[in-house]
Amino acid sequence: MSSVPPSSRHIISILVEDRYGELARIVGLFSGRGYNIDSLAVNQSIEPGMSRVVLTTRGDAQVVEQILKQVNKLVRVHKVRHLVGEGHLERELCVATVRAGSARAREELERVIKLTGARVLAYSATSFTVEATGTSNDIEQFIELVRPLGVRDLVRSAPIALSRAGAEGEAQPEPASSSAAE
Amino acid sequence: MQSPRIAVAKSKDAPEPAARRAPSTPAGAPPGGQPGALGDGAGEAVPAPRLRGARIIVEALIKEGVNLIFGYPGGAILHVYDELYKVQDRLRHVLVRHEQGAVHAAEGYARATGKVGVAMVTSGPGATNVVTGLANALMDSTPIVVISGQVATTLIGNDAFQEADIVGITRPCTKYNYLVKRVEDLAPTIKEAFYLARSGRPGPVLIDIPKDVTAFEAPFIWPEKVELASYKPTVKGHPLQVKKAVDLMRQVDKAVLYIGGGVVNAGAQPEVRELAKRLNLPVTPTLMGLGSFPPDNPQSLGMLGMHGTYTANMAMAKADLIINIGARFDDRVTGRVDKFAVNAKKIHVDIDPSNVNKTVNVDVPIVGDAKHVLEQMLDMLPQSEPAPAREAWWAELREMQRRYPLRYKDRTDTIMPQRFFEELAALTKGKYICTTDVGQHQMWAAQYYPVADGRNWLTSGGLGTMGYGLPAAVGAALSGTNEPVLCVSGDGSFQMCIQELATCVQESLNVKILIMNNRFLGMVRQWQELLYDRRYSEVGLKYFPDFVKIAEAYGATGLRAEKPEELRAVLERGLNTPGTVLMDIIVHKESNVFPMIPGGAAHYEILLGPEDDEDAQPRELA
Repeated sequence: MSSVPPSSRHIISILVEDRYGELARIVGLFSGRGYNIDSLAVNQSIEPGMSRVVLTTRGDAQVVEQILKQVNKLVRVHKVRHLVGEGHLERELCVATVRAGSARAREELERVIKLTGARVLAYSATSFTVEATGTSNDIEQFIELVRPLGVRDLVRSAPIALSRAGAEGEAQPEPASSSAAE
Repeated sequence: MQSPRIAVAKSKDAPEPAARRAPSTPAGAPPGGQPGALGDGAGEAVPAPRLRGARIIVEALIKEGVNLIFGYPGGAILHVYDELYKVQDRLRHVLVRHEQGAVHAAEGYARATGKVGVAMVTSGPGATNVVTGLANALMDSTPIVVISGQVATTLIGNDAFQEADIVGITRPCTKYNYLVKRVEDLAPTIKEAFYLARSGRPGPVLIDIPKDVTAFEAPFIWPEKVELASYKPTVKGHPLQVKKAVDLMRQVDKAVLYIGGGVVNAGAQPEVRELAKRLNLPVTPTLMGLGSFPPDNPQSLGMLGMHGTYTANMAMAKADLIINIGARFDDRVTGRVDKFAVNAKKIHVDIDPSNVNKTVNVDVPIVGDAKHVLEQMLDMLPQSEPAPAREAWWAELREMQRRYPLRYKDRTDTIMPQRFFEELAALTKGKYICTTDVGQHQMWAAQYYPVADGRNWLTSGGLGTMGYGLPAAVGAALSGTNEPVLCVSGDGSFQMCIQELATCVQESLNVKILIMNNRFLGMVRQWQELLYDRRYSEVGLKYFPDFVKIAEAYGATGLRAEKPEELRAVLERGLNTPGTVLMDIIVHKESNVFPMIPGGAAHYEILLGPEDDEDAQPRELA
């Protein structure tokens, strides 16, 4: 394992039964096998009794194949999806309190808001709290834009993602016959 | 992700809170209906009997076909032990001397019978003591169910006496585990636990049961079957993949069949034999697959891997096709992965999809049960079709076997360990169940004991657990065999679960313990000799007990052999003495296990013993 090929970011979406300890099982699988979780979002899903976990991780193709198989092996996991390429939509939320003390800074903030589609959640005499949504890349850009204005506090959610309407073709692991058609 | 905690305060006299009660009569049940057999469904006209949790556990185990459990009582599991007392005629409990022993005994029983082994322990230390056994069973795919007591639901999280978060602790070393918080969930949970333990890739399941749950009452309803939408193991191989595999096996001359524990678990030994015959394939079993192909069959190359035969490992290195059935390309087999069988095409049959392409990329993956997939393969190979001759390939293999057989230099002044195994093999013909511990004796046993059947070979392969052997022999001796069970151990390993001698004697078990006593932690010493310039760091047991006296103190028979001329007589006497017998075999102190592939070396960089000519040391692949 001397030369590891450059690893890329992967979004994995998991539908798991909403039961005691199931999230710990997923998270423990990553830590136990030496995979990293870059971000993690969990909430109820539209299906009753099911939670949706969306996480991002890094790894080469072999690592991701192992992750998908290992997660799929968990007894209460119903579906595992690897969201890749253009087949999915991704959203992350960022809330930042920006000082924007000077008039110039406020003007600049207004420009940023227009540019990024962010909106003001609250303001005071000395600061503005704004929220922005977008892909993780969009959020990175947003942060770069507001940073010079003096960020007092900032919090990012984990990205959530889902496949585009009708896009059923993406990588659902079919381990029984992954290369049967070749 | 956590369901709300159910707070229950139950005093002895107060009626149960209404919320805890399941309806006592199923809707539509006629009044005064005759009670039927326990738990025979709520759908019938008979109301299910109301039982307390502890009784439900016991009845559920009996419904599941369990008639033997291994365990150790304690506070949190007391209610269940009270019920066990009442059903002794239907469910036998064997008291071990340490909870680790209970789990290994359950493993031994499972391995020997193919049924699910069961262990029962109390909370806290009782539960934490099962961790090693669970990890062992997970690595070796052994179906067991462990039931642990837990402090009452009202106390969980309070750092109560003998409280441990055993579900949290054992999550990574079980196939699945449960904390049962409602008495109504007991029966379905137990049903599901057994199903999970034995189906797919078998493994350990733990059920943690708080004490108050064993005290509450609920109707005992035994579910007919288990429905798990998210768990559907693939049993049959994909037909196109199977066809691709069969075509390759026909086309490629230099092929080798590499078989593992999956063959034993699937009961696929006859199919493996048939496939090897119809395709004239050389066969090499892993440590876990030993016995699943007859060792005396001329097509057997012997075990492969770190201490496998020269021919088996070189066959893998030189083959153009490797057919892996129920093995997992373990690092003890592959050596350096990037140098492993680089020229060979690889077929991999495994019930666990996550084993496929995990360490070695394969050309034809087939997810499925070994027996089913082999049957599918055999269907495509008519018996009338003549077996391929593979003449050049067999000639090459036979030449390697001739030049580099397993060998050692016998001595007259001391018992050579290999000599001991040859004598044991001659006396037993490999017919008896043999358990081992971990270390040099384990590898010599694997090399020299001719295991006649996969279920006769009980060893800790994946985890390498010293201390497994004796309790596993306890489980095997209670599996219904009429023959003695051999427990081959070392002077180091044996002391790790030595307390189970008491269990052996208590149950009058026909266990024959053979300690290869070299007064060293031999395998570690061997590595220190070969790789650390003989700096023997903490491997010489400076104090060792008199094992014969220990056996006698426990009420077993103790014998000792110190010289080669005593060996045969001691073995014969020991094997023919009824009950538990310990034979302390004083062997040559510094013998090494060869061949050996050092850790991190390629699988063809095989170290041979000093008996083999120096110039033959094969460092590079020809």
